Amino acid sequence: MTNYLEFEKPLAEIEGKAEELRALARANPEMDVEKEAAALDKKAADLLVSLYGDLNAWRKCQVARHPDRPHCKDYIEALFTEYTPLAGDRNFADDHAVMGGLARLDGRAVVVIGHEKGHDTKSRIAHNFGMARPEGYRKAIRLMDLADRFGLPVITLVDTPGAYPGKGAEERGQSEAIARSTQKCLQLKVPLISVIIGEGGSGGAVAFATANRVAMLEHAIYSVISPEGCASILWKDADKMREAAEALRLTAQNLREIGVCDTIIKEPVGGAHRDGAATIAAVGATLKALLAELDGKSGEALRSDRRKKYLGLGSKGLAA
Amino acid sequence: MNWISNYVRPTINSLFSRREVPENLWTKCEECGTMLFHRELSDNLKVCTNCGHHMPITPRARFAALFDGGVFTEVKVPEPIADPLQFRDQKKYVDRIRDARKASGEKEAMLVAEGEMGRTPIVAAAQDFSFMAGSMGMYVGNAIIVAAERAIKLKRPLVLFSAAGGARMQEGILSLMQMPRTTVAVEMLKEAGLPYIVVLTHPTTGGVTASYAMLGDVQIAEPGALICFAGPRVIEQTIREKLPEGFQRAEYLLDHGMLDRVTPRTKLKDELVAILRMLTGATAPVKGELPAPEASDPAASGPAASGPADSGPAASGPAASGPAASATSAEPQPAP
Repeated sequence: MTNYLEFEKPLAEIEGKAEELRALARANPEMDVEKEAAALDKKAADLLVSLYGDLNAWRKCQVARHPDRPHCKDYIEALFTEYTPLAGDRNFADDHAVMGGLARLDGRAVVVIGHEKGHDTKSRIAHNFGMARPEGYRKAIRLMDLADRFGLPVITLVDTPGAYPGKGAEERGQSEAIARSTQKCLQLKVPLISVIIGEGGSGGAVAFATANRVAMLEHAIYSVISPEGCASILWKDADKMREAAEALRLTAQNLREIGVCDTIIKEPVGGAHRDGAATIAAVGATLKALLAELDGKSGEALRSDRRKKYLGLGSKGLAA
Repeated sequence: MNWISNYVRPTINSLFSRREVPENLWTKCEECGTMLFHRELSDNLKVCTNCGHHMPITPRARFAALFDGGVFTEVKVPEPIADPLQFRDQKKYVDRIRDARKASGEKEAMLVAEGEMGRTPIVAAAQDFSFMAGSMGMYVGNAIIVAAERAIKLKRPLVLFSAAGGARMQEGILSLMQMPRTTVAVEMLKEAGLPYIVVLTHPTTGGVTASYAMLGDVQIAEPGALICFAGPRVIEQTIREKLPEGFQRAEYLLDHGMLDRVTPRTKLKDELVAILRMLTGATAPVKGELPAPEASDPAASGPAASGPADSGPAASGPAASGPAASATSAEPQPAP
């Protein structure tokens, strides 16, 4: 059962008709509908190509947040071996919005850290919809420290609407935890590679994505504020999220142009949620390529390159 | 009718506006309602003399009170590219910036200066909440980086006064990228072994709190300052319950272990001098009001100006008078 997005409605109709025809044929074996159904399939496939060939910013937001998109857990299970989750911030709790631990990528030991959103109501609540509390960032800091001490590359998978805006989170120093996590990213003497696999929500994303290389999936987004939040502040109308999404330039393509994103990973036609396995494989290939790029660099070079990269950002804007 | 609109109406208007002038000499404290005479209020650094409520103070007025004899040298901030995303909401970003410049007489939301505070050489940076809510965009990022570079060059501590609604949305992802950029500046100071002291003032929120404003060696806040990542309204909407009294205020953060100290503005200078002199191995400070240092200060010879030439729209205020502009008056410059 496909979860269709609002803008995919025409597609849902065509695919529904094809399915109806086939169901009819199953009930009446003497009927031959294959030709008609195949024509509908073709029509649907063409529509899918054209819909996804030219997604506007707001549609990209919807795709990036699609519930069927592969999540952090799916990537870790499929791409890594010997994944050994490590838990807790040694201070207060273990934050389930952030998962991470030791693992092997292509046989090579790494530390992997990511936001997990969950895939159904129960797991979404357990993972707090991917919104981390200070404990999540402090766990990440601890894991990055571990990687740094033992010379393991760090891979972060970013997929969060943002840091959790809650009472306890504030009392325990949400902002300090995010600031320290970003600082830790900048201190590492090991390669740090980040992939924005869905939503890169503001400070909650920066805390993991201050990396030597930042890759983004084709329809992923990365923004200072959600389009809804931006619309309600600047337009004083939360329904203006389409305009806000456009103005914020939050697509991978825009960010590539500004230099915030280094590499765009192509998604299957119709988005990552239509072929999770292919998406995960593409991310795996990119991770290996980016790791290879950073191989042989000294710890000092890795750190100073990372700093220079961020100091230099903003020297080019979008072409007029 | 022409003479009515050309002569009579302006005359009537000017009569009325003249009558309003005396009222402007008084400010009502929004906390206790006391009417405060403007000169007295300025002399008390915009702190209510009755209840101690801290009102906003401009970076210039703050620096005039902070530096000995009110003398400081402005450090020129490299100009970033203007409106990198060609952002437009209901208004164009370039227009918003222009209006903010006109209203404040300042170029942007942060002022950087060097000088002596209690005979202790420092570099200071102060964020200006009255300029687009002090929001952190590329200029503020550049200001913090240049402040750190200048501090390292002169081997001086950096004191930073934060005040911001957060990141500047109109610069999109590039405003967000000021979080890592300014964190690099903090790292540079740390590696140079120089103290970095943050004074959080009302309000400091969002991406600013989640980067340079929380990374000080010593964290001080002014009384009553709102300091948070997510604002109280957002939290109330999320958790659907009323927040406790004083939530996210300086005193609350102090109680929760997030700050070293809460210090009234009128006592800040002495405290900063004392702390900095202990951290840098200097002798105990000389107390009291000090005159401006002797002019032989070699540090004042030329502030760093590593950026491109000033190509942006000219600021209409005192900032336009060049990198060596100094202020000797505690009065903020009137907006044109």
